[in-house]
Amino acid sequence: MSIVSTSSAADDQLRPPVPPGSVTLRINGQEHTLRLAPWTSLLDALREYVGLTGTKKGCDHGQCGACTVLVDGKRINSCLTLAVLQEGADITTIEGLGTPEHLHPLQQAFIDHDAFQCGYCTPGQICSAQGLINEGKAHTEDEIRELMSGNICRCGAYVGILNAVKEVAEKELKMASCTCYGSHGHSSNS
Amino acid sequence: MNPFTLTRAASAEAAVRDFSSHDSPAYIGGGTNILDLMKENVAHPTHLIGLNKLPLNAIETTADGGLRLGATATNADTAWHPEVKQRYPLLNQAILAGASPQLRNMATNAGNLMQRTRCYYFYDTATPCNKREPGSGCAAIGGYNRIHAILGASEHCIATHPSDMCVALAALEAVVHVQGKDGARQIKFEDFHRLPDDQPERDNTLQPGELIVALELPKQGFAKHFSYLKLRDRQSYAFALVSVAVGLELEGATIKDARLALGGVAHKPWRDKKAEQLLIGQPATEATFKQVAEAVLKDAKGQGTNDFKIELARRAIVRALKQAAAGEQQASDVFTNSNP
Amino acid sequence: MSTDSNTKYVGKAPNRVDGPLKVTGTAKYAAEFDVPDLAYGYVVSSPVAKGRIRKIHADKVLGLPGVLHVFSHENVPGLAWFDRSYKDDVAPGGSPFRPLHDDEIKFNMQPVALVVADTFELARYAASILEVEYEVEKHETDIESKRDEGYEPGRGKTGYMPPQRREDADKGLEQSAHRIRHEYIHGAQHHNPMEMFGATVHYHPDGKLTIYDKTQGVYNCQQYITKIFGLSKDEARVVNLFMGGGFGSGLRPQYELFLSVLAALELKRSVRVTLTRQQMFSFGHRPHTLQTLELGTGPDGALLGLKHYALHETSRFEDYTENVVNWSGMLYKCPNVRLSYGISPLDVYTPLDMRAPGAATGSFALEVAMDEMAYEAGLDPLEFRRRNYAEEDQNKKAPFSSKKLREAYDEGARRFGWDKRPMAPRATREGNLLVGWGVAGGVWDASMQKAAAKATITADGRLTVASAAGENGTGTYTIMAQIAAETLGLPLEAVTVRLGDTTLPEAPLQGGSWTAASVGTAVKNTCEALGEKLLKLAQKMDDSPLKDAKPEDVEFVNGLIRLRKEPQQSVVLRDVLQVSGEREIEVDSSAMPNPVNMQKYSMHSHNVVFAEVKVDEELGTVHVTRVVNVVAAGRILNQKTARSQVLGSVVWGISMALMEETVMDHRYGRYMNHNYAEYHVPTNADVRGIEVYFVEEEDPHVNPLGVKGIGEVGLLGVAAAITNAVYHATGKRVRSLPIYLDKLL
Ligand SMILES: Cc1cc2nc3c(=O)[nH]c(=O)nc-3n(C[C@H](O)[C@H](O)[C@H](O)COP(=O)(O)OP(=O)(O)OC[C@H]3O[C@@H](n4cnc5c(N)ncnc54)[C@H](O)[C@@H]3O)c2cc1C
Ligand code: SF4
Ligand code: FES
Ligand code: FES
Repeated sequence: MSIVSTSSAADDQLRPPVPPGSVTLRINGQEHTLRLAPWTSLLDALREYVGLTGTKKGCDHGQCGACTVLVDGKRINSCLTLAVLQEGADITTIEGLGTPEHLHPLQQAFIDHDAFQCGYCTPGQICSAQGLINEGKAHTEDEIRELMSGNICRCGAYVGILNAVKEVAEKELKMASCTCYGSHGHSSNS
Repeated sequence: MNPFTLTRAASAEAAVRDFSSHDSPAYIGGGTNILDLMKENVAHPTHLIGLNKLPLNAIETTADGGLRLGATATNADTAWHPEVKQRYPLLNQAILAGASPQLRNMATNAGNLMQRTRCYYFYDTATPCNKREPGSGCAAIGGYNRIHAILGASEHCIATHPSDMCVALAALEAVVHVQGKDGARQIKFEDFHRLPDDQPERDNTLQPGELIVALELPKQGFAKHFSYLKLRDRQSYAFALVSVAVGLELEGATIKDARLALGGVAHKPWRDKKAEQLLIGQPATEATFKQVAEAVLKDAKGQGTNDFKIELARRAIVRALKQAAAGEQQASDVFTNSNP
Repeated sequence: MSTDSNTKYVGKAPNRVDGPLKVTGTAKYAAEFDVPDLAYGYVVSSPVAKGRIRKIHADKVLGLPGVLHVFSHENVPGLAWFDRSYKDDVAPGGSPFRPLHDDEIKFNMQPVALVVADTFELARYAASILEVEYEVEKHETDIESKRDEGYEPGRGKTGYMPPQRREDADKGLEQSAHRIRHEYIHGAQHHNPMEMFGATVHYHPDGKLTIYDKTQGVYNCQQYITKIFGLSKDEARVVNLFMGGGFGSGLRPQYELFLSVLAALELKRSVRVTLTRQQMFSFGHRPHTLQTLELGTGPDGALLGLKHYALHETSRFEDYTENVVNWSGMLYKCPNVRLSYGISPLDVYTPLDMRAPGAATGSFALEVAMDEMAYEAGLDPLEFRRRNYAEEDQNKKAPFSSKKLREAYDEGARRFGWDKRPMAPRATREGNLLVGWGVAGGVWDASMQKAAAKATITADGRLTVASAAGENGTGTYTIMAQIAAETLGLPLEAVTVRLGDTTLPEAPLQGGSWTAASVGTAVKNTCEALGEKLLKLAQKMDDSPLKDAKPEDVEFVNGLIRLRKEPQQSVVLRDVLQVSGEREIEVDSSAMPNPVNMQKYSMHSHNVVFAEVKVDEELGTVHVTRVVNVVAAGRILNQKTARSQVLGSVVWGISMALMEETVMDHRYGRYMNHNYAEYHVPTNADVRGIEVYFVEEEDPHVNPLGVKGIGEVGLLGVAAAITNAVYHATGKRVRSLPIYLDKLL
């Protein structure tokens, strides 16, 4: 028998909380001025302080993609950035893409292709798909699969997700006059 | 995660100054590693210095034909930069083999070099770890060490450096530009990361407060014959068990110049210069490659659960060299493992 | 004699009715309800596997402004005393774990304290610096060291069937011309639904609670909470409108529920507690299982003897049981069978049903063994299965209520092109890749539970149906809407479905693939009862053409009530409501399984899976390039959602075959890959080429809807088919999952 005395902090010196300050975030085109301490992640700011719970927390460690939002049009994991670091940026969440009454094409495509089951990864998948389309790098099915791989779906709705993203991306690309989706991707490695 | 204050630095000098005026400070780039570690109570800075406003995100050609990658440029912007794609496709592929699109949009080049090991025990404060808590012991030795080192480990630590990007940077002989209190200096990539020896808490040779400002790639990019081969437990969004970066210059079937570095096998990106010498002047054949692979792994040592990595690395080296010699890879917008 | 009708929804493929909420982030999960003056709880977990808590040094933490309380066994108020108060509906035999009950540490990552603070960040910080002193005792966590100590559980949980034997398995094996005997292993797996467990407890001014909890059974949770805390049902309403995946993890109340209710009651304040991803590894899991299978056949390939033994861990405090071996006495015809089963207690948390519990495990071993046996007997693996087709359930000695597995074999083989498969392993190569094909399948219970529902129609013709069933991705909202709309001939848009609330009629736990059958039947019965009421009202109308009609003479179609025989004789449903002057009409009803049919028939769903893999021989990497999964599961209510469930099952099977395993370091008795980065489940890049088919299977006996449930059967055989395909590709037989690349080097 041995005795251990632990706390999980590597440094267990008591430190007083840093008082919150005023932070202004531009979310879905609207400014929100919040009282936040530096330790609030963008994800927690959205969910717990602004009340935008569409952005999901699946791990809080950058390992699942459920928290994906767009910052200045680029997809990121909102759990691994601090809200204060996003002052001045344009943040788009799932709520900013569409509403039940006015669905975004990706949202409609996700419904049509049944690209979800429980729906918990879905807002992140859709924001990620919008990011993928903005990037314009995915030209084959394999490339969509790879570039959607930062979003885990435990329900395993990947077939639907691929088809939904493909449908919308194809349309967008057509507008940019380029269609190159084939059912087989190039292979670059093993 | 403990409380901390935060400032956002406007210049490199200001960042370095801010660092030296705080007790337990840390820089934060994309935040994808440091915030993760802070939430796990592994890192505990009380002051963060935000770098994402620094004017250090440019990617530009240097006077002698190389390429300078800003420290705060994101991994994604770096991978997809036209100069990188065209001239350093090995780097393009290595970056795209790592993490996920979202993480690459956040992760900075400097942060990628500085990211810490993914050793399970390092991450779990319920277990001993010399890297996290010097002197507490290494739980990975004799434990579950599937992702641990087979080369250059010590009795104090058998962790690996998890980066993909750095394996390519090692092969490409990048130079790290840093700025400290007392001015700027340059560190050769091979001298940047270190082996654990009896100080596993030190991942690299950066001095406290030194700020990485840029990475410089020399002119030679191995754009025709290269390969980045990454083996992992799933097709994407997973760290390497073993990865191999290869750059070759061929004259006919003869190897004129060669670079070879491994990821996932050691405390640092494992470039093997002796192996490169063994390649130079030789025919680009499987026989040569096998010999070289033997040489690289001559001193390899398994730790139990990771014993397989020795054989895996041997085969991966041969495959990557073959791919590079055949010129099979192309720089692309996507790295896919999907062979079939 | 219904003709043209666009209110026939059952069996079609309408989009999910809750789709718009889910894709816009509007659907609310447990930790997302906005309640005023919320405090946040953060759980402190034990770093040791066994021992005692000596002291919890809470003072330091309580000194932080904003920290409200540190709950632990040192200060938990007097609660229910007896074990049975902590027993939930699906608790196995034994004595359930009671959070913060005493100083004893029973398993690693056990919750030892809850720190509550004004903000999430502060609670998290305070939890991290809370100092706890433990006396550490020696633990045992390795089932491999217990090989000879398994015992057959006595006190089973509901649904557990003791393993069977028939005739003489040893003799059958002795008489066999071909025999095999092997051990099959898989490690522990954790459900890991995307949504982490969490609860928001709304403390109302009158002291009543509304508890938004992540659960697969709101009634189960209500019962648990009211018994423990001595509350009346009216004081503890439990709600779960959407669940971000369950897979079994929410069958039993998890400790976030207990802790958040405790904190809310003590602090008289609303509280939210969410677990971390790491803490998602601190409760139930699919147990690490060791199985031995012995098979023997005659010269013609007919099975003569079969022995199947399984051993897995349970906790020290409960006897967790699953039906691992029983399937082996049922899937194929065999005269001599011995099935046996052992469990062994270790210092871990009690395992917990995880998608197709027992069957996913058992069918993996059985179906790989069947492949090995086929090769031993020199038969094509599918042909071997056909030769041993079970026409009846030999375990129960009863006919199947329906079984279209043979049709599934035909369909699958045709779709997959099985007839082009060379028998010999290593026969097909593409560059560096070896190509292999494998087949396997499984059988799963088609069960039904008691369920109740309520239906309300309002004057504007809108119908609301309600039942406390859950929606965790299976499509419950949608299929209930389909059934209700079709039964009353209303457009789908006119139907609102309400679920997951203890103020609604009781429904069984969302598990075992029985929701469609149970709640679906209840909804149907309820809507039919409402239909009768509506008919009566219609008959009161002036000149009603339905005056003399009996309920069975009419049908509800396209917003009309009309005579079946003379469809032109109809009344408009909405007119009936208007004329009647009633503002709303409400009906309650329920559904029960039919005990006679249950006695008489064996009710099961079946499937068969064909898989193609490409294996890089040098590097050991396996790509699953094609999967055809054919399911015989009675009537399919919604082609779209049912297909999605089977697609998801295939992804689970790929996961189980190739990557999923929770690894324990037995020196610490602690799972080490307790996060989503190192506990691997497939990404989009791991999945390609999945085809799903349903064979038509009419079943008049199973339940009035003829459905068998689809959530679990699709997983069966997937891991085995992949394992068999790997053998076919490489000639290497892997008998332990997952097939990491190093197993093929
Ligand atoms: C789930 C997951 C999967 C991943 N998979 C992979 C993978 O497969 N391959 C791979 O290569 N990587 C992977 N990564 C790691 C990722 O690439 C790194 O986290 C990232 O590169 C770190 O960059 P950052 O800018 O976010 O660093 P930060 O987290 O901001 O900083 C990391 C460290 O660098 C220091 N630092 C930052 N900038 C500077 C500077 N300019 N000068 C000095 N010090 C500095 C910080 O103080 C900190 O200590 C993964 C990460 C996650 C979370
Ligand atoms: S390998 Fe290194 S990082 Fe891992 S436990 Fe040992 S000392 Fe710590
Ligand atoms: S919650 Fe951010 S990646 Fe999982
Ligand atoms: S839909 Fe449930 S996790 Fe993706």
